[in-house]
Amino acid sequence: MSLTIPSHIPLEHFKRFVLSMADDELVLGHRDSEWTGHAPILEEDIAFSNIAQDEIGHALVWYTMYMELGGPSPDEMGFLREWKDFRCCHFVTYPRGDFAYTVVRQYLFDVAEQVRLQGLLSSSVDALRSVAEKLLREESYHLLHSQGLVERLGDATPESHERMQRAVTEAFPQALGIFEELEGESFLVEAGAFVGNAALRSDWLKEVVPVLHKASLQAPVQLEAENVKVLVSPHEGGRRGQHLEYLKQLVDDMQQVYRLAPQSQW
Amino acid sequence: MDQKKQHQAEANTSIDRTAEVWKALEEVRDPEIPVLSLVDLKIIQSVEVAEDRVKVEMVPTFAGCPALNMMRNEVVAKLQSLGFEHVDVEFTFHRRWSTDDLSEEALKKLRAFGIAPPVRLTLPEAENHIERLQRAVAQPVVCPFCGSTETKLDAFFGSMLCKQLYFCMTCQQSFDRFKPL
Ligand SMILES: [Zn+2]
Repeated sequence: MSLTIPSHIPLEHFKRFVLSMADDELVLGHRDSEWTGHAPILEEDIAFSNIAQDEIGHALVWYTMYMELGGPSPDEMGFLREWKDFRCCHFVTYPRGDFAYTVVRQYLFDVAEQVRLQGLLSSSVDALRSVAEKLLREESYHLLHSQGLVERLGDATPESHERMQRAVTEAFPQALGIFEELEGESFLVEAGAFVGNAALRSDWLKEVVPVLHKASLQAPVQLEAENVKVLVSPHEGGRRGQHLEYLKQLVDDMQQVYRLAPQSQW
Repeated sequence: MDQKKQHQAEANTSIDRTAEVWKALEEVRDPEIPVLSLVDLKIIQSVEVAEDRVKVEMVPTFAGCPALNMMRNEVVAKLQSLGFEHVDVEFTFHRRWSTDDLSEEALKKLRAFGIAPPVRLTLPEAENHIERLQRAVAQPVVCPFCGSTETKLDAFFGSMLCKQLYFCMTCQQSFDRFKPL
């Protein structure tokens, strides 16, 4: 074990947190890579290929930390693990859908990444601070890109509006599942390692709801003075390993490539 | 030789050896931007030499950069050619990598190579990164060919993770800009 964390933080819970970050990145990276050669315009084809590469690179950063905490190697984590052992949220596992869904999912995820990483900048764990600092720089480009697309497509034409609205309605309850409480997270919050999913979810709502609204897109929420009341229930279960079949198919595809060429690089 | 002198001699050899390593690493070029070495790019920030061992830490530019492994192999080969038995190259995510740390000299070389250098992100601290980046991205980009500021962003993401595609309205040429990070 080459990375030590303060002794009052239970290692098992800390590792679970790192794993949830890693798996989200890896799985969404794979969904994004499915657009290579299929995006509606070349510019977006390149964009989503780049984003996929970034996300998979970020997964590697988190898996490296996981290994430094005494876990298996990144290769084993990505390519030799049972799908049931992933701890990603359901949200990143859904099929890529149409381009509107992809844009909306990426935007909702990018904001979640911003609030998660921003929160880690003040973590009591040095390693989390330096990783957050590193990834935040790259993730910011993703957000500028996806937010730009949401703002443009939200009310560009009646058809684009209709498709984007449908995507928001579908993706919103799924996205809330990003903030599913992790087993033992209260220990981490108490130790100042991270701010906790409840706080992150509220930061996320404060950011996404007005942006969607400005783009003429309605989120399933009710605004009550300072509070945002969510009217749908989140798609949870992923953080406990209760996954949808979609993840099984994705992991099969991903690992098949590895079995054919085990020396292939990230 | 008395003991003190011997220690001194060993220390000098180690210093010479370290200097030799740095010099060799300056010859390892970025595969896509051959005018810059991995040292210029601040990908290599620390080197430790002990007898026949050398340890190098590499700080990735973009975490997902596909050239990282190629760079690592080149570093290993280079240092083996200096006669080190054990070459240990490690990627670290615990050190900062930012285009703000590139030297003026490195930026000049980029421009001469036809790539618009990144603008500095060092803006007031109170802002969060996304705002800093937004302002940096909004600044005019100077065409590396003709010096015009009449340029426009063609694609937010370019052919590589570290580049964006621009077009110069004055000289009618496309060019890459190194992303400020
Ligand atoms: Zn020009």
